Amino acid sequence: MTDLSRTRWIDRGLRTYGMAVYAFLFLPILVVVVFSFNAGRHVAELTGFSFQWYVTAWTDPFVVRAFRTSISIALTAGLISTVLGTAAAIAMPSLPRWLRRAFNTMMNFAIVVPGIVLGLSLLIFVVSATGWLNDWIGYLFPRSDFRLGLGFYSVVAGHSVFGSAIVAILVRTRLASLDPQVIEASADLYAPPVRTLFTVTIPLLAPAILAGFLLAFTFSFDDFIIAFFTRGQEQTLPIYLFASIRRGVSPVINATASTLLAFSVTMLVVASLVNRRRANRPGVQ
Amino acid sequence: MTTPVLTDAIEEGARPEPAGPPPDRRLRRLLAILASPGLVWYALFLAAPMAVLVVFSLGRRAPNGGYEAALTLDQFAGLGTRLTPFLNTVRLGLIGTLLCVIVAYPMAYFMATRGGRNKTLLLALVVIPFWTSFLIRTYAWVFLLGNRGLPEILDRIGIGNVRLLNTTFAVLLGIVYNYLPLMVLPIYVSLERVDVSLRHASKDLGAGPWATFRQVTLPLSAPGVVAGALLVFVPVLGEYLIPVLLGGGQTYFLGNALADLFFQSRNWPFGAAVAVAFIAVIMVLIVLYTRMTKRIVAQGRGTRLL
Repeated sequence: MTDLSRTRWIDRGLRTYGMAVYAFLFLPILVVVVFSFNAGRHVAELTGFSFQWYVTAWTDPFVVRAFRTSISIALTAGLISTVLGTAAAIAMPSLPRWLRRAFNTMMNFAIVVPGIVLGLSLLIFVVSATGWLNDWIGYLFPRSDFRLGLGFYSVVAGHSVFGSAIVAILVRTRLASLDPQVIEASADLYAPPVRTLFTVTIPLLAPAILAGFLLAFTFSFDDFIIAFFTRGQEQTLPIYLFASIRRGVSPVINATASTLLAFSVTMLVVASLVNRRRANRPGVQ
Repeated sequence: MTTPVLTDAIEEGARPEPAGPPPDRRLRRLLAILASPGLVWYALFLAAPMAVLVVFSLGRRAPNGGYEAALTLDQFAGLGTRLTPFLNTVRLGLIGTLLCVIVAYPMAYFMATRGGRNKTLLLALVVIPFWTSFLIRTYAWVFLLGNRGLPEILDRIGIGNVRLLNTTFAVLLGIVYNYLPLMVLPIYVSLERVDVSLRHASKDLGAGPWATFRQVTLPLSAPGVVAGALLVFVPVLGEYLIPVLLGGGQTYFLGNALADLFFQSRNWPFGAAVAVAFIAVIMVLIVLYTRMTKRIVAQGRGTRLL
């Protein structure tokens, strides 16, 4: 074999392999989507196009309620993550060294540690802390039934710890690409710091902030494991789906899953398009 | 929960600290105020829970489940009794990680050397599945491998009685499928940074493609492989969904063990001890990981995912 033809064979082999891996990554998901439109119930039963499983899924009050819960949790967690993460990224450089280190360590920890650890530590923390607080509430307001516990807010807390770290990374990366002269110019022109922050820095960071929000939202919306530990009685859509999957495969699950996929893929594409708009803007190097 | 903005994080590890504080003192005070809500949030919902976890791990199990205050190392001493699920986790985790390397390396090599102008697209196509719901990706295999899926189709063409779901094979497949992007990306980043002229030089000196690959490309991309292996291995150890949905509860992972300890047997102190030990192992691996990524970054500029 000549050297050239050998290179060509390697080339062809690599390309084929690449395509095969993409097929491996996308086909299973695609199968779920295709069969959500299938009139039959099983893989071996391709009997025609139908929307019936979508109708069944989205008229199920449990699915609808779980979807609403997931959306509100994701919106709350996404917003909290965006505000905290953005503020952290902007403020980080001016913090005292030890505080900056501590903050950085906590954020990296939140990203690196598996969700199950975050979930279960939050579970025992909330249970212990609210047990103690509820004693006080019962003592101070003997006639009130109000009690703290696991639920909506503990899930939001868990999701926002991870989400803030994502937002902070995205914003920090963009901050590093800004031209410092633009911000200095604003200060030289006697703009007070608050004004510089809101009229110069934050607008320049806007794409990263928005992309960060979308990612934090998607993460929270798709998360199963943190919610599994911290949800209390709350039912999110992934939790509901998990319970249905354990009862057995069904086309209704395919339809619900496909809707969710469409939802998060849209969010992702928007997030990456938004964040790519970095060039051709004043103040961005 | 690993690293979504992966290569950012890789670069982050070795980037020099950001420039010093801004000169204006008023601005500095403003920025410090800006940071405090985040700090409080992390102290409350990350640091405090971890502290409670450590406290619980030093406690005793209350008679009817839960926690009873104590100061003892009994829970940690008892870790040895549950060595089997732990070793099982480590074994399957290592096999899964190795399979990921084997599948991912040629893929990353393809993207880095044959990507041409489409590199961004090729990368995006690897990243997108990773950002979609983990639960749904795992479910896709439950659907495919279940009795009414591939086995039924195999049955029709004459291969009957194949069991795919609830096997070790299914668990390993689930690991490779779900974690492949986490392996491809760091390898891709490290391959991308291998200077093309080094390969040309090797060729000019008479080395064939295989010798060049083995003596130049492979050693230079080794840090990427190690980084990827750690990125995959850590979350796989804590995996809950894959063993439950694809392993049918027969393969037991650390993640399942933790869920059982907290929800079924309600032995919180022991569960906390397992979690603390797990975090300790992760920390050791992270130190190794940081060393590796520093070496990757030392090779040149990075690639971003978003």
